[in-house]
Amino acid sequence: MPAVSKGDGMRGLAVFISDIRNCKSKEAEIKRINKELANIRSKFKGDKALDGYSKKKYVCKLLFIFLLGHDIDFGHMEAVNLLSSNKYTEKQIGYLFISVLVNSNSELIRLINNAIKNDLSSRNPTFMCLALHCIANVGSREMAEAFAGEIPRILVAGDTMDSVKQSAALCLLRLYKASPDLVLMGEWTSRVVHLLNDQHMGVVTAAISLITCLSQKNPDEFKTCVSLAVSRLSRIVSSASTDLQDYTYYFVPAPWLSCKLLRLLQCYPPPEDGAVKGRLVECLETILNKAQEPPKSKKVQHSNAKNAILFEAISLIIHYDSEPNLLVRACNQLGQFLQHRETNLRYLALESMCTLASSEFSHEAVKTHIETVINALKTERDVSVRQRAADLLYAMCDRSNAKQIVAEMLSYLETADYSIREEMVLKVAILAEKYAVDYSWYVDTILNLIRIAGDYVSEEVWYRVIQIVINRDDVQGYAAKTVFEALQAPACHENMVKVGGYILGEFGNLIAGDPRSSPLVQFNLLHSKFHLCSVPTRALLLSAYIKFINLFPETKATIQEVLRSDSQIRNSDVELQQRAVEYLKLSSIASTDVLATVLEEMPPFPERESSILAKLKKKKGPGVVPVSELEDGKREGGELNGGGDRGPDSAMSASNASTPSPSADLLGLRSAAPVSAAAPSAGSLLVDVFSESGAALSPLLRLSEDLAPLCPRRDELLNKFVCKNNGVLFENQLLQIGIKSEYRQNLGRMYLFYGNKTSVQFASFSTTVSYPGELQSHILTPLPLNVQTKPVEPLVEGGAQVQQVLNIECITDFSEAPQLNIKFRYGGALQNITLKLPVTINKFFQPTEMAATDFFQRWKQLSQPQQEAQKIFKANHGMDTEVLKAKLLGLGTALLENVDPNPENYVCAGVVQTKSQQVGVLLRLEPNAQAQMYRLTLRSSKDTVSKRLCDLLAEQF
Amino acid sequence: MIKFVLMVNRQGQTRLSRYYQPVELGKRAALEADVVRGCLYRKKEECSFVEYKDFKLVYRHYASLYIVVGITESENELSVYELVHNFVEVLDKYFSRVVSPIMFNMDKVHIILDEMIQNGHVVETNHSRILAPLSALDTLAHS
Repeated sequence: MPAVSKGDGMRGLAVFISDIRNCKSKEAEIKRINKELANIRSKFKGDKALDGYSKKKYVCKLLFIFLLGHDIDFGHMEAVNLLSSNKYTEKQIGYLFISVLVNSNSELIRLINNAIKNDLSSRNPTFMCLALHCIANVGSREMAEAFAGEIPRILVAGDTMDSVKQSAALCLLRLYKASPDLVLMGEWTSRVVHLLNDQHMGVVTAAISLITCLSQKNPDEFKTCVSLAVSRLSRIVSSASTDLQDYTYYFVPAPWLSCKLLRLLQCYPPPEDGAVKGRLVECLETILNKAQEPPKSKKVQHSNAKNAILFEAISLIIHYDSEPNLLVRACNQLGQFLQHRETNLRYLALESMCTLASSEFSHEAVKTHIETVINALKTERDVSVRQRAADLLYAMCDRSNAKQIVAEMLSYLETADYSIREEMVLKVAILAEKYAVDYSWYVDTILNLIRIAGDYVSEEVWYRVIQIVINRDDVQGYAAKTVFEALQAPACHENMVKVGGYILGEFGNLIAGDPRSSPLVQFNLLHSKFHLCSVPTRALLLSAYIKFINLFPETKATIQEVLRSDSQIRNSDVELQQRAVEYLKLSSIASTDVLATVLEEMPPFPERESSILAKLKKKKGPGVVPVSELEDGKREGGELNGGGDRGPDSAMSASNASTPSPSADLLGLRSAAPVSAAAPSAGSLLVDVFSESGAALSPLLRLSEDLAPLCPRRDELLNKFVCKNNGVLFENQLLQIGIKSEYRQNLGRMYLFYGNKTSVQFASFSTTVSYPGELQSHILTPLPLNVQTKPVEPLVEGGAQVQQVLNIECITDFSEAPQLNIKFRYGGALQNITLKLPVTINKFFQPTEMAATDFFQRWKQLSQPQQEAQKIFKANHGMDTEVLKAKLLGLGTALLENVDPNPENYVCAGVVQTKSQQVGVLLRLEPNAQAQMYRLTLRSSKDTVSKRLCDLLAEQF
Repeated sequence: MIKFVLMVNRQGQTRLSRYYQPVELGKRAALEADVVRGCLYRKKEECSFVEYKDFKLVYRHYASLYIVVGITESENELSVYELVHNFVEVLDKYFSRVVSPIMFNMDKVHIILDEMIQNGHVVETNHSRILAPLSALDTLAHS
């Protein structure tokens, strides 16, 4: 074996590295590096021409410095010079430097391309490999343009060396991923598939990566790979461990290749050809059988390699989801792994079983392992394994085992890691609701959840338990009793106080018969928690108190006393003070009848959007409201209770909706529900109540109004801004957001104006812009839009307006709009608003003027089916010519006159500018005034662009 | 696919990093520190796969050297785990003792890694084929 430092070992480099390693501190290291950088710089700038060896040495040092994490801003030219050296070592360092340091839009690419071209035609396999590596690593568009034609040829040529083929396959994969439009399918595609049959296993290993990617994008064209992959797999699986000598790893034949083959098969459905399928099933059975055989080696490497194949085979079985026999065997195998001593195997088995649980064939088989999984949840030492166990329990849960699983998850919660508690809480809440047969169990579960992990219980969870209790008469008494007991605890979570306050306020009467929970006892219990709670909870409790006055007249004096106390009626918090004043007044002025009407029990919550109609019909009885009207009402909200003469029925529902506070607290969430939409008419009812008694009325109104935006829905909002750049983006009672934007080429600037409509300061005001999916996609995959902004001032005074500037850069085409999230505190309550920013792909249009002949020539060039997107749709707005023209111009394209032979039609042309590419777009809009229809056709060189633009524009006319 | 390969010593210093998807230099240090934190402090009985953001880390450690590989969902954890071992065996075969010479022979380690993984995909697993270019190089140097 070669010694560490040889003749070409570059002594200077070794010395430098030793120096760095001996540095005692970061500062010393930086000092040493700066010294070296100065030295290298002077050498590169010196008059004396450097020989290849010195150049290599210095470039190597720079590379080393870069790898230590320091930026390098020179030496690129010297590295490029090394590429044309004839010495392998020099060339290799040159290529390594470029692969690691040069990014795809360097201006050196042309020079690099030249060197690569020379090496590719050198017929020297090592040089060719270096050049191919370099293309694969840099993969810029310019390189793709230069070599995308050449590489498929190298890949399938008969006389290409195996190692070159391997590099060529991976190189082509990179080019295809970066610039699919430049890699043209052709005669080579069928020959690539046949590389699966290549004698050299390394070539097969490399080719599979390419074929997998190509089949994901064009499954039909590469369908033939299935049978080839199956036969290759079968040959490997059935071979003895000595057959594939070079590629046997600890007695396992070609483990990596087998995994890749099984992965490739997961791109396709089960083979249709019976013979192929039979052979594949045989392979899978063999793999499962081998797991049961005694190991050929005691080494962990052997079993790991074997199990890697086994897990991949199980993934394929799950992917097919059609062979009950194999699924059950896979499940049993995983079951064995659940108790294996290797943590890695337990982890993977739990993960794999999670997907297995959703198959109807194996769901029952998975359930048999419940005890083991529960045990894993309790005893595993590694949190990531416990997390998997919790996931699996969630996945295997159904009606038959829900009680057991929920109980186990609850008890685990008491000791669960903080990192996974929130998720666990949600899972428990979902399971409890989904599989609740007996609602007292559901109430117990959620209350336990609040008791055990109150901090992690989100608002949705406790809203939901209240909604369910309100909607189900049979559980209300039980719920009241249970919360009453839960509140006895000396320290209970604030969420428990909220639920308790709400439920006792509504249903306290159901347990008031028992002297141990008499009205006064209930009230005292609630009030004992009051001082420990935050403002929103106190507000809720005040509402519960006024409900008590209605439920139990005997508590009236006590409660009025409390409301009258300075700490309530002169509370520094506006909301609390107001509630205290109003409730006190209401309780002393209004007659019992009025009080009973205003404070009546909450009406059931609408279950879901879809069932609102049925529920309303049932409640109102037949014939009261015609169905068509209901449907309108669903869309328009307020219409429902607003029109014409109303029977006592609808008046009641109006008063229900406006029942002062608890409803507001809950309904604030559900702006779409018709009950809350009744607020305006409810308001007028309250006006009557108060005008009689002459009390102030305005603030109470605000309580029942929720803070739903006055603007159209979010997607409509996006549509509103497709053809214009300025306007009001959002408005509700508190906040108005104006927008102004301008775009040039692939850049845009957007001004947002946040206006505080109230007279009170907004505190902790903050905004964040994110791109959907940003959290999932990691920094390694760039987002299509780059949005830069500075934070806004955290305080927005009443009546003031603050401005924020966003700089937007379009990297590549996109269909999702970025999101704007705004958070601020208003009167103690946290407001949270999420909007889509109206950044759409058409904003990056540059108009292109062209003559009729040009237009039609280009139109014909873009005739492939995926390049075209077409929609035929009914006109949503008038078909006025001038309005249409204005919209088309607003779109950003050039409106071409005298091009279309039919003067009624409109044609437009433009180029979408993104950083990575420019996409030419042609548009044709054909109105049919008689039918009030349009046909819209878009053609562009990129299918996603045509599709997205077509979707956007179809909403505009 | 494989996103990156890191070789880190027990002190958490990066000895070698190879990225198969571009990451800005400024973000590399943060990512490496984060990744190392995620793996170095794990106990022996904990599993070798760590979820990190939207991908997974597979790590293995040899004496004072940790090798961490970032992979996407489409990669088989165990096969990557063994790939790391295969890589170490090749280094062992070539350098006879892996741990110290890495820093002095970074170019060679890179060549070996490049022969095994290209563009985030496994291309070669056979030891002698992986070492072929290096052997050619050494004969060249000696002649």
